[in-house]
Amino acid sequence: MAFYVVQFLTGLASAASLFLVASGLSIIFGVTRIVNFAHGAFYMIGAYIAFTLTERLSGAFGFWGSIVLAALAVALIGVLVEMVLLRRIYHAPELFQLLATFGLTLMVEDLVVLIWGPDDLVGRRAPGFKGAIDFFGQNIPSYDLFLIVLGPVVLGILWLLFQRTRWGVLVRAATQDRDMVAALGVNQKWLFTSVFAVGVFLAALGGALQIPRDAVHHAMDLRIIVEVFVVVVIGGLGSIVGAFVAAVLVSELNAFGILIFPKISIILVFLVMAVVLIVRPWGLFGKPEAAARKTPGLTVNPWRPLTSNERLASLAVLVIAATLPLFAGNYALTVGSEIAIFVIFAVSLHFLMSVGGLASFGHAAYFGLGAYGIAFLAKMAGLPMIVCLLLGPLLGCMGAAVFGFFAVQLSGVYFAMLTLAFAQIVWSIAFQWVSVTGGDNGILGVWPEKWAASPSHFYWLALGVAALVTIALRIAVFSPFGYALRATRDSVLRSEAIGIDAKRIQWTAFVIAGTTAGIGGALFAYLKGSVFPDNLGISLSVDALVMVLLGGVETVSGAVIGAIVYKALNIWLVSQTDLSKLVLGGFIVLIVVVFPKGIVGMLEMLAQRRRKSSPPRSPLLAKPIESAE
Amino acid sequence: MRARNYFVGAAFALLAGGMAHSAVAQDIKIGEINSYSLLPAFTEPYRKGWQLAVEEINAAGGINGKKLVVISKDDGGKPADAQTAANELVSSEGVAMLTGTFLSNIGLAVSDFANQKKVFFLAAEPLTDAVTWSKGNKYTFRLRPSNYMQAAMLVEAASKLPAKRWATIAPNYEYGQSAVAVFKKLMSEKRPDIQWVDEQWPPQGKIDAGPVVQAVAAANPEAILNVTFGADLVKLVREGNTRGLFKGREVVSFLTGEPEYLDPLKDETPEGWIVTGYPWYSIKTPEHDAFLKAYQAKYNDYPRLGSIVGYQTIKSAAAILAKAGSTDPEKLIAAAEGLSMPSPFGEITFRKIDHQSTLGAYVGKTALKDGKGVMVDSSYKKGADYLPSDAEVEKLRPKD
Repeated sequence: MAFYVVQFLTGLASAASLFLVASGLSIIFGVTRIVNFAHGAFYMIGAYIAFTLTERLSGAFGFWGSIVLAALAVALIGVLVEMVLLRRIYHAPELFQLLATFGLTLMVEDLVVLIWGPDDLVGRRAPGFKGAIDFFGQNIPSYDLFLIVLGPVVLGILWLLFQRTRWGVLVRAATQDRDMVAALGVNQKWLFTSVFAVGVFLAALGGALQIPRDAVHHAMDLRIIVEVFVVVVIGGLGSIVGAFVAAVLVSELNAFGILIFPKISIILVFLVMAVVLIVRPWGLFGKPEAAARKTPGLTVNPWRPLTSNERLASLAVLVIAATLPLFAGNYALTVGSEIAIFVIFAVSLHFLMSVGGLASFGHAAYFGLGAYGIAFLAKMAGLPMIVCLLLGPLLGCMGAAVFGFFAVQLSGVYFAMLTLAFAQIVWSIAFQWVSVTGGDNGILGVWPEKWAASPSHFYWLALGVAALVTIALRIAVFSPFGYALRATRDSVLRSEAIGIDAKRIQWTAFVIAGTTAGIGGALFAYLKGSVFPDNLGISLSVDALVMVLLGGVETVSGAVIGAIVYKALNIWLVSQTDLSKLVLGGFIVLIVVVFPKGIVGMLEMLAQRRRKSSPPRSPLLAKPIESAE
Repeated sequence: MRARNYFVGAAFALLAGGMAHSAVAQDIKIGEINSYSLLPAFTEPYRKGWQLAVEEINAAGGINGKKLVVISKDDGGKPADAQTAANELVSSEGVAMLTGTFLSNIGLAVSDFANQKKVFFLAAEPLTDAVTWSKGNKYTFRLRPSNYMQAAMLVEAASKLPAKRWATIAPNYEYGQSAVAVFKKLMSEKRPDIQWVDEQWPPQGKIDAGPVVQAVAAANPEAILNVTFGADLVKLVREGNTRGLFKGREVVSFLTGEPEYLDPLKDETPEGWIVTGYPWYSIKTPEHDAFLKAYQAKYNDYPRLGSIVGYQTIKSAAAILAKAGSTDPEKLIAAAEGLSMPSPFGEITFRKIDHQSTLGAYVGKTALKDGKGVMVDSSYKKGADYLPSDAEVEKLRPKD
């Protein structure tokens, strides 16, 4: 019995650390609607700075002072980031801020290694909380007890802050309806900055408090960020109490789950999230999002199909791309194939995200399913390559049909997180089911047949498929189905009023996008000759998001350009420097500031301006390469 | 200072861009791939190790009179990116062979690439048995003692312990799974009286150490096998120390004696664990002394196990290239099979039967000395003594 009590308390201690970080994220999202990918980075910097300070300052006051100082210092960094970077892009399309914070995260991961060195750092134990307390023969670390108390105390302070101060009232009001708060004359700038500072402070405090029990290292951010998002969503976005309950729920399920299924930790949070979101679409304590009053930016620049001149130009670019094997070497061709494959992947997500307004955080699942489909068919059934290429993506299609059905019942960030949960569940199946999938050692030897084996032939294959897929999806965008899909994106109510079955349309779009991603994955399996759980992983899903956002989420062709730019740059940087994350992150942040509408979005805006200033000229010369591949 | 060097290096690399091909045609090029950005704690010393080797080789006249050049790429910890890098090295840099890799899945991805493109590949660090056995191929060789070999070394010591009730803690991925599986199998063969009372599988890099420690303690084992390393190990040790998990229990642990993983533990190092590792401070052989002196003179730092691996990888590659007298992969394979050469750990041989080198490891016990973790009572275990019989290996390895 004593054991179960201690296990429960241990779970509570884990919950407290999780809650501190999650509450910060929840507050930031609630008010600013920023999906703050850099939250984990702030957590990590908090731990690093606290490590340095606690090593320098001695004594009890030194230790606790260092923790608070570190959190304050990071909050200051947060304020800087908010003022210099995020303020410029609040009016950018939704999720664009995700791109900025993603860039920051990449930079921070390299920076901490440059500043603090590559070794894992182990900090001091907390003065006065070094030992353990005996509880009927079981030991509970006293630091755990401290955390168990701290969690509810922070919850209480935040509650008071939100219920009893004017600032708290404003924050709650903004969480509910920030346009109305702005209309009432509240200075939003400072409200947002202060909220961001408080959120970052909590993240950094959470990181700093890990010093006595964890090692400080450069991958801490990734370890926590996804889990924290999950906790926030389970609890309900913007709800502090929800975050607390969710943190306790997840930690306790883990503490007791491992007694029965020792391998459950790897997937537990995602299972819980999937179940919660299916049963309660807005999390445990969340409320339905208010109907959007506007469709930001989407109506400014109406989409139109390419004119015949533009089509000719696109065709010309495609032809030029097809001549690459005449002058480029094998390596360039393989990179070209990889880029073409990522164009397929990006346009498939674009179809869901830009056309359907459904941003998926787990799109790699269908890419990876396509790849595994190939691996199963080629390795186990021994089918010829053409048959594999035709049938392989069906696995992606089936996955999308099943998961899509549940996912489209939700919208916004909840939709995104449910897709993430599904992707992680698929990933963990691939990772754990060693006898079938080979686990993380993957399936090897999936090489193309002779006719496609040479780099130039494979390049033509990839380029051809990419062109076909892009054209097909473009046709779909401007088909009646595409218009219906855009209608559901722009206004669910109005589209339903004119008789569009929104869920059905969205589900169909999800399946189309999943199948297309599967085609990309199928080609990828042949390009690499092997399939790994990585192909379904979070980082690939994030890559796809970044490509679409980089190109311009409000444009028709952004995904193509975004994929080419991001992938080419990524491959080149990784090959040229060990600090590829720092440079790539810096580049992304720069793009975000200079092109707040994405690369293609910016080009379109420039073209539009020029059209306005010189009306007689043909407006049709803009962006000739946008659907090149 | 160091940070500035990095920046300058990065800027230079960016500027130099495509001009990296400036090596003279007379040079012999080796393509090296590792997870530099993902695992700097291991790969930084590794890089220093191979850089020292390159310097020594060229100072001694290169390979049959030709200068050795190593072109190094980062794989970011992703198998797919490692293949892109391998492709660049082979197709555009024209390297004579590929070396490196740390993670098992990346090692396998590059080995499969090597097999497909018919390129010689010397895997440096991946531990999975599959590299030389179940997924072995004729183009792939491996330097470091495999999972099986390290397990066999630990079992030799562990089977002498009186403990009968054992629990295991291992990261939930291939490395952890196969380490536990081999250890259990070999252990149960030697000690049929052993009971396995609990197993814990925390996700790699994400251990929630408190509940794990508590769960293991609840099973009340007499001995524990640990396979976690890095930050997970730190958390496990800290929670285990505070909660008294290791008190009165024997612990056998993979890799924990390597400076990369032992040093961060500082004064929290648990005493008396039986570990594999690299006690550079207590190895007194002429070969190692020479290496240690050269390393410390060049870097003013002590070597980690990664340094040894990096150093010996390039030394081995050079020995193979020198003997083959050619960069033709078939000739390299013929030269490498059965080739013996000196190493800081003594002479090693690349076996013909499975392309595994006989590099061994040190087994010893952890101890605290001046607030730092060290390995004591350590002895070198030759790799050749801890491999299964040839008949068994032939069953494990597919025919070329």
